[in-house]
Amino acid sequence: MNANPNVEHLLRTLAPRVLGTTARRFRDFGLAEDATQEALIAAAIQWPRDGVPASPLAWLVRAAHRRMIDILRTQEARSRREAVVAVAADAAAPEVDDEQRARNEDILGLLFMCIHPALSMSSAIALTLRAVGGLTTAEIASVFLVPESTMAQRISRAKATIRASGVPFTPLEPSRVPPLDAVLNVLYLIFNEGYTASTGSQLQRPDLTQEAIRIARLLRDALPASPDVSGLLALMLLTDARRNARTGPRGELVPLDEQDRSRWDRGRIEEGAALIELSLQRGRPGFYAVLAAIAAVHDQAPSTEATDWPQICALYDVLERIAPSPTVKLNRAVAIAMVRGPEHGLAILDALSDDRRLASHHRLPAVRAHFLAMRGDYPQAAEAFAHAATLTRSTPERDYLLLKAARLRGGST
Amino acid sequence: MKYILLMNTMQAGTQGLDWSEQALGDHIAYMIALNKDLSAAGQLVDAQGLTFPDQAKIVRAGADGRPITDGVFPETKEFLAGYWLIEVERPEQAYEIAARASAAPGPDGEPLRMPIEVRPLMDGPSAEA
Repeated sequence: MNANPNVEHLLRTLAPRVLGTTARRFRDFGLAEDATQEALIAAAIQWPRDGVPASPLAWLVRAAHRRMIDILRTQEARSRREAVVAVAADAAAPEVDDEQRARNEDILGLLFMCIHPALSMSSAIALTLRAVGGLTTAEIASVFLVPESTMAQRISRAKATIRASGVPFTPLEPSRVPPLDAVLNVLYLIFNEGYTASTGSQLQRPDLTQEAIRIARLLRDALPASPDVSGLLALMLLTDARRNARTGPRGELVPLDEQDRSRWDRGRIEEGAALIELSLQRGRPGFYAVLAAIAAVHDQAPSTEATDWPQICALYDVLERIAPSPTVKLNRAVAIAMVRGPEHGLAILDALSDDRRLASHHRLPAVRAHFLAMRGDYPQAAEAFAHAATLTRSTPERDYLLLKAARLRGGST
Repeated sequence: MKYILLMNTMQAGTQGLDWSEQALGDHIAYMIALNKDLSAAGQLVDAQGLTFPDQAKIVRAGADGRPITDGVFPETKEFLAGYWLIEVERPEQAYEIAARASAAPGPDGEPLRMPIEVRPLMDGPSAEA
């Protein structure tokens, strides 16, 4: 696309709707994507020259549909395509309704299609970023650190899988769509990928956290009553709020308890906290809502000491009931140690040390080291931090754990 | 031209497990700055650190093609700690970058001068006239 940022931004915003409408009417995702791409290219050339049309969305949809019919006509020899042309014939001159309903159906249709049950998780993520996020294949390739040709192949195989699965594109037919949980899980993975990479990775990656937030907002516009969708969006906002404080001046990881809280994004925190309050009022909180509530307690506290740890304990109790996991148990142990002292935390860890899922995980020795330091047992704490450093698979985390060990050996915390 | 820069370190000493906080912090900042500069110069293709060697396994195919795994043997004196994949115009540029990586500060603040293995990557066949 050319150097006109306004046109580029507009096209990027409209692209998923054009693709959604086209795929819905013609029931062929792969071809709809080709047609949409060509319509976007035409717009990127013509609009900066001739001016942006009065109704940009209608222009794009018309262009994509015209192109779609061209493509289908050239394939007329195939009888299946002929049938599709017949079905779609009356869609040739589409009317674009700007109703919220149409927008929602387009976005939901696209999301549920990208997260097709026949796809692997990595394919679903790639397709979501491509179709809903509007990232280029090269950008997605750089996210996954694979060559562009590999990613192009992965995306085209994903599209072929969807086509071959024989499920026509009927987005809102309940029996055919993957559960909302799967969609939320993919968005959460995209967010985490971006959030983790943003701290220490040496490479420039497209901003996946912002992308995940943008898609989660679209999903929330479409499903405003879903407490899980609101919970996930709130969790993303409340986590992303700390982003600037998470990296030190030399690029090193700064953990929550050492962050400069004045650098947290107040706007994000307020928006996330309001969302989570609304979501909790709607009844039984889900996994994301509880995580978001915990993040909100942290974000609203002036310091680690002044954090409402009993409240965090209570939230982890809820989380352990609805989504038990070793990680939840570990985090709950931290909250309990903050309320009742390190001995209580260490006792929980002893009970957890038999859990095979945690056996080679760095979080267990890291949390133990933290508790040992809390009770002033510095040499043992240093040893545990160093042990955790040998287990982690993240460079910024390893650097942090090594520094922590060195600091304790030097006699300070 | 693409080169891979392989950083081999000794089993003990350069892992940072017994360094002072100051030395560790300087070393980490040096490496982060190096990667940032390579990226800004458009020379960085990829850079990865590897986990400690106690997580490594040696794998061979058995007679039935199934994997036979072994731990890394303790007599291994050197191990690959990480690598840079860079794209530069001339081999001298690759050597300069390797020298800068080699000079990362060690436990006493002095340059480690660790050996960096510089290997050109194989290229595609040359274009047909």
